Amino acid sequence: MPVPETDHISYQRSFYIEGGNFNYAGIVSTSIKSILKQMDFPGDVVRKCAIVCYESEINVVSYARKGVVNLTINPDTVQIEVIDEGPGIPNIDQAMQQGYSTANQKIREMGFGAGMGLYNIKSYSDAFIISSELGKGTRLLMTINIKK
Amino acid sequence: MKLRDVKEILDADVIVGDDKLDMEVKTAFGADLMSDVLAFAKAGSILLTGLTNDQVIRTADILDIAAIVLVRGKRANTDTINLAKELKIPILSTKYILFETAGRLYAKGMVGCVEKVDNASARN
Ligand SMILES: Nc1ncnc2c1ncn2[C@@H]1O[C@H](COP(=O)(O)OP(=O)(O)O)[C@@H](O)[C@H]1O
Ligand SMILES: [Mg+2]
Repeated sequence: MPVPETDHISYQRSFYIEGGNFNYAGIVSTSIKSILKQMDFPGDVVRKCAIVCYESEINVVSYARKGVVNLTINPDTVQIEVIDEGPGIPNIDQAMQQGYSTANQKIREMGFGAGMGLYNIKSYSDAFIISSELGKGTRLLMTINIKK
Repeated sequence: MKLRDVKEILDADVIVGDDKLDMEVKTAFGADLMSDVLAFAKAGSILLTGLTNDQVIRTADILDIAAIVLVRGKRANTDTINLAKELKIPILSTKYILFETAGRLYAKGMVGCVEKVDNASARN
């Protein structure tokens, strides 16, 4: 499939994430990566999208009850929105810092929980928005530019 | 060097990817922390790690890692091996410890996919 060239949203798809189920952690990101690859996006665009999606997916599995990933492909950007229902983040500035983590042993055994996730997500995104409501959930919006 | 050379140098068993040993590999990254792999590893590198769960395979897929080398004689379970087959990611297993694995490959010309991290990403 060629890269879409219309001036409105060209592609949108949602994916569900089950919180707490480490067996499937990463499966959404693997799918999104393969969709973008099939659409022939440049390697660095695919890579950035895959990384930000994967760290976000791991966070939903690790900390929330459930979540959804909305993939939107616009003419100039790929947007990945991750919304979860969960405890929310009490202090976003603190959570964004490298090394800050509340991860349990199980998350650490998977190779995560070093407090690098949100920092990685921000640094691989061309634009990044995070908001969170205690007791409700968290929303991340990552925008990756498609340079032509 | 080729993945076949990596196998010889490390006296490694090929767990997945017997058909991919002619693949050219030039750079490597070693870590047990997947977030560090995601932060620093480059596409086409091999990943040296002591972690053996599905997340290693997923991380390798996300980054287009060429192959995974499990160190310290680690073996992956059947589900994880099947995931690697499905995603077509070769897995080798060596008895050498991470330090020896890296050193032996480096001595034969393989280099890190990054040498040093920059100031912004260095941390305590
Ligand atoms: N979706 C989320 N819901 C609730 N808390 C979260 C979420 N994402 C991140 N956090 C909190 O922010 C901290 C830092 O997250 P992150 O940077 O991904 O590092 P890590 O997951 O390795 O701890 C987590 O330990 C957790 O306390
Ligand atoms: Mg995380």
